[in-house]
Amino acid sequence: MKLYCLSGHPTLPCNVLKFKSTTIMLDCGLDMTSTLNFLPLPLVQSPRLSNLPGWSLKDGSAFLDKELKECSGHVFVDSVPEFCLPETELIDLSTVDVILISNYHCMMALPYITEHTGFTGTVYATEPTVQIGRLLMEELVNFIERVPKAQSASLWKNKDIQRLLPSPLKDAVEVSTWRRCYTMQEVNSALSKIQLVGYSQKIELFGAVQVTPLSSGYALGSSNWIIQSHYEKVSYVSGSSLLTTHPQPMDQASLKNSDVLILTGLTQIPTANPDGMVGEFCSNLALTVRNGGNVLVPCYPSGVIYDLLECLYQYIDSAGLSNIPFYFISPVANSSLEFSQIFAEWLCHNKQTKVYLPEPPFPHAELIQTNKLKHYPSLHGDFSSDFRQPCVVFTGHPSLRFGDVVHFMELWGKSSLNTVIFTEPDFSYLEALAPYQPLAMKCIYCPIDTRLNFIQVSKLLKEVQPLHVVCPEQYTQPPPAQSHRMDLMIDCQPPAMSYRRAEVLALPFKRRYEKIEIMPELADALVPMEIKPGISLATVSAVLHTKDNKHVLQPPPRPAQPIGGKKRKRASEDIPDCKVLKPLLSGSIPVEQFVQTLEKHGFSDIKVEDTAKGHIVLLQEAETLIQIEEDSTHIICDNDEMLRVRLRDLVLKFLQKF
Amino acid sequence: MRGLAEGPPGLQADDWPPCAQKIVGHIEESLRSTATPQITQALNVLTTTFSHCHDPWTQVLWVQLHPLVAALLQKDPVPAAHSLVDLLLSVARSPGLSSSSCGLWETLAQTLSHLSPTQAGLLALGILKLQDCPQALRAQAFAVLLQPLACVLQATAQGPGPSGLLDSTAADSVTADMLLPSKAACVGLLCQTLVHLELLLPLPQRPCPWPQAPLLGAAVTLLQLCRGSGSPASDAGRQLCALLLGCVRVQRAALDFLGTLSQETGPPELVTQVFAVLLEYLRSPDSSPTVLKKAFQATFRWLLSSPRTPGCSDLDSHTLLFLRELLPVLQKRLCSPCWEVRDSGLEFLTQMTRRWGGQAGFRHALLASEVPRLTEQLLRDPESYVRASAVTAMGQLSSQGLCVPPAGPEHPGSQQKSLLGELLHILSTDSEGFPRRAVMQVFTQWLRDSHADVVGDTEQFVAGVLQVAGQDLDWEVRAQGLELALVFLEQMLGPLRSHCPYAVTPPVAAPAGPLTQALQSLCRVRLFEFAFRALFDCDRPVAQKSCDLLLLLRAKTASSSSLQEPRSSPDVASVEAALQRWRAGDQAQPLGDLEPEVVLAVLRSMDLEGLRGALAESSDHVEKSPQSLLQDMLATVGILGENEADCY
Repeated sequence: MKLYCLSGHPTLPCNVLKFKSTTIMLDCGLDMTSTLNFLPLPLVQSPRLSNLPGWSLKDGSAFLDKELKECSGHVFVDSVPEFCLPETELIDLSTVDVILISNYHCMMALPYITEHTGFTGTVYATEPTVQIGRLLMEELVNFIERVPKAQSASLWKNKDIQRLLPSPLKDAVEVSTWRRCYTMQEVNSALSKIQLVGYSQKIELFGAVQVTPLSSGYALGSSNWIIQSHYEKVSYVSGSSLLTTHPQPMDQASLKNSDVLILTGLTQIPTANPDGMVGEFCSNLALTVRNGGNVLVPCYPSGVIYDLLECLYQYIDSAGLSNIPFYFISPVANSSLEFSQIFAEWLCHNKQTKVYLPEPPFPHAELIQTNKLKHYPSLHGDFSSDFRQPCVVFTGHPSLRFGDVVHFMELWGKSSLNTVIFTEPDFSYLEALAPYQPLAMKCIYCPIDTRLNFIQVSKLLKEVQPLHVVCPEQYTQPPPAQSHRMDLMIDCQPPAMSYRRAEVLALPFKRRYEKIEIMPELADALVPMEIKPGISLATVSAVLHTKDNKHVLQPPPRPAQPIGGKKRKRASEDIPDCKVLKPLLSGSIPVEQFVQTLEKHGFSDIKVEDTAKGHIVLLQEAETLIQIEEDSTHIICDNDEMLRVRLRDLVLKFLQKF
Repeated sequence: MRGLAEGPPGLQADDWPPCAQKIVGHIEESLRSTATPQITQALNVLTTTFSHCHDPWTQVLWVQLHPLVAALLQKDPVPAAHSLVDLLLSVARSPGLSSSSCGLWETLAQTLSHLSPTQAGLLALGILKLQDCPQALRAQAFAVLLQPLACVLQATAQGPGPSGLLDSTAADSVTADMLLPSKAACVGLLCQTLVHLELLLPLPQRPCPWPQAPLLGAAVTLLQLCRGSGSPASDAGRQLCALLLGCVRVQRAALDFLGTLSQETGPPELVTQVFAVLLEYLRSPDSSPTVLKKAFQATFRWLLSSPRTPGCSDLDSHTLLFLRELLPVLQKRLCSPCWEVRDSGLEFLTQMTRRWGGQAGFRHALLASEVPRLTEQLLRDPESYVRASAVTAMGQLSSQGLCVPPAGPEHPGSQQKSLLGELLHILSTDSEGFPRRAVMQVFTQWLRDSHADVVGDTEQFVAGVLQVAGQDLDWEVRAQGLELALVFLEQMLGPLRSHCPYAVTPPVAAPAGPLTQALQSLCRVRLFEFAFRALFDCDRPVAQKSCDLLLLLRAKTASSSSLQEPRSSPDVASVEAALQRWRAGDQAQPLGDLEPEVVLAVLRSMDLEGLRGALAESSDHVEKSPQSLLQDMLATVGILGENEADCY
């Protein structure tokens, strides 16, 4: 069993598991932090961004000045943003049989995999994952396509040139494999390969393994996966939460008794408590608005925004903010808000019960009805006529490199009355802000990450007790900035195996059993013999028939087959050789009685030695040695076949034959 | 034993009566027992004896039992440790025993070293509280008390060497083992230690020299460990950090302790650390509301103790710098979604304003922030406790002239007026009692301080407030209304209440105008109608307060002969008749406009002393009287027939 690790990002995993005869890809997350190296794409022409000076090398050569621009001490690539794909060279991705998706954040690289690698398999995901994942992809494509950029920079990627660039460009990994965003056509084609599944549904893969999604409690439709055969169980935990937010709670019990547990997608901010952060978010929002400033919340169109809107719903009246408009701007804003209300079966119990009352599960419906929350596909059109300040704007993209957020950053950045509040933990807020510096507006970092923290993980591992834990290397040591925090790492016994990008792990676990079915007529013909109380044995002669990874013992074609058979699995359908087999022996040899028997038969001068595995009986006179061990007995005598046969018959007296 | 008091004190145990000997025998037997419950019982009996009886025979008893008690220490673990500590302390406190003669100090020293740190802590505190105790024992007890904190300092120390809490030999023997085995044990021991030291600090007999600097260091370190912000170098330190991370109990105890430590000064660099850690706690989104409240309290205490520039009453520059960092935090806390946080923020603001509201540096920093405006907005908070705190804070801010940002010359004081209106609005419409009570307190204070808004038209102000307060359903609001009436009375008539005879300066008598004018003013604000209504209030404290007020007024006016007594005029009769009806519960009819003469006549005719006596009776005096018993019996007999089905 092997694990191919294609992504180094612990929360945007992409791993391939080879298990029995199947090749299973676990998630295909897209690392978008690469876009932080690019200049923002302004929706409205920005004189500031278009007049940035070009960057030149130390020796004064300026051949890169079209591609690289300097902005407040940082260098950015002036080109269409590009993404860092999962590793494609480590394994032939056309051999991947299935892709299992855990949540909508972990499927953003799907079009790259399904459309460009010769992939012919099936993708499995829950319905909300697919629908919301589609919205995220649609938004991404829309953000990038609506600001066409003629230039696509590639000179700087040259390895020799990259070395000369300032950080972080110099340290960017695998820049040659960075790719531009996919198209809507590719998205649609990729999504058409998805087969929808429900929680606890058992899906057979070629009869070899069974995969099952379990609720993971992190997002609408988010799942962990169980991959099991008859005797082995691998759990894949990705993006799970134990907090009570909107999704169905996490199913922990089903993860028990795993041989291997692959653990990814823990919280990216282990020191921040989501509750405290929500409080901080509300306080800062209120403070800004009360002072007459605007609040900008760069966010994804789904996920934490639902919880934030719910908190604000409860908070705005108490904070006297009832008259402040909330705007949600995204090409998919409407669909996201509507979708969230229809996935009742995927919601937490509290919200599910609301479906039976005449009220929607999420209170943002009421915010919309009362005109407190308004949503627009873009800042063009209706929004510009409705726009009223001070206000709160939720919009994407959290990287601040594309989407409507770029416009608001340019618009509000100059006033210290305004505040930008970062709630998404995926991007470093300082790096995200770099091309907007110097900035007068206040910046508040309130990352809300509801995924498991290390305390919860350690409780989870204690409860489900997997034999082995496999996780990204980042989880096996404290974060570099807080090296004394031994609590910020996975602590389990045996120690977790770690992986990094482009590494292949042989999982420490051997398969020992395979299930074989016996046809009823063959089973009928068996005559078990009790060899110990409660244990019966029977010999079987049969043909092992293997098809679709299922093994069946069928009666041999010739009825008068002599006894014999093969227990071991074999793929061939040949009729087995039917030579006469020696009887099988069972039982054990009690040494004292054996010695007495020997003495009775005339052997004298017998000496018994205890060994680690059993006994050695020495017949000193005959210069013969009988080694008695648990599973074998050897008679060692010097060319005296008669003696050997005599001794053998004495040994056999103590054993049962059948 | 008391029965024998006439005879000799019985200093020989053999002389004791047989029953006493039997009891002692039983106790001895119990002390020898191996069963902990029996030992506990015996120790408890002895504790009760020694703490309640200080006769000379107790010494004989102690001398006799002392070896058995000391023998308990040889067992491992020491059985009934808590009871043993109680007993030893009660013996040590007993004046009947001369501690030096009966080996008590040795036993105490031995016990200190035998008990587990948690059990020994209580004993150590008790020993340190004793008045006359050998210095060596005190030192040992203090070392036991300090040991857990010494462990913390040692585990987190950057380099080797003593932590400063215990001398090097003691520190060598200190191991972090006692803290590290489990989270519960570690947290329990640390909290207990912090509480004990906090109790010890204000006592006159506290150990001297007091290790202020290392203790400050330990408190700061603990708080840092709980936040994960410390960076311990050793393994023990890291383990300790993992145990204490996010532990609210230790955070609360350490903040309380830190606040108490503000009574003493510390080295400047440590004080800087104290303020830094407090700011860290106030800023942290993860601080729980209770921790935050304690952090606010500790911050206030440290601000109080911060050094003043000689000859200048203003805050020093460091404190002002801190204040400038603190106010944005306070601003944010006032917007917290958690009402407890908003509430403690407001309380902190009130405390600060009360203390430094008059000082230029504070005023400047506060007015430059958004805090006053946010406070004003919290008057409309949905949570009644927050509204109440906001009322108090606004009252304080307004008293100090901090309510408005420097107003333009065209609207001087316009917002002040609106605050008075807003508070009156709260008083008359708020559905919860707390904000209304707070308003009454603010108004009383304003009247007392001659607040600018009140001075303009005091009579109208008092009349308005009394009218609203008189109709309030909350008795505390009505009682506070009487307090306000009393303040007004004193301003009109001069001091009514007897002041403390030991006051350094005699209270300055208010310039009271002629009595008639004053009484007319009281009549105009309808103070008497309010007071008479309160006199028959269904809530006893209100009636009592009103009775006291009227008695004071009567005493004040008794000496005056300037007023005629229209004893038999029809006005007096009608007022008395109305009051009779009020007393009977029918308060619908108002008294109308009253003349001072009529009021005085009514006052003199009323049996206020009798009423005060009746009100002073406990509320169940009727139920306790024999008459009530009879009534109960009769009532029971009366309804018995109807309630036959009732089983009890």
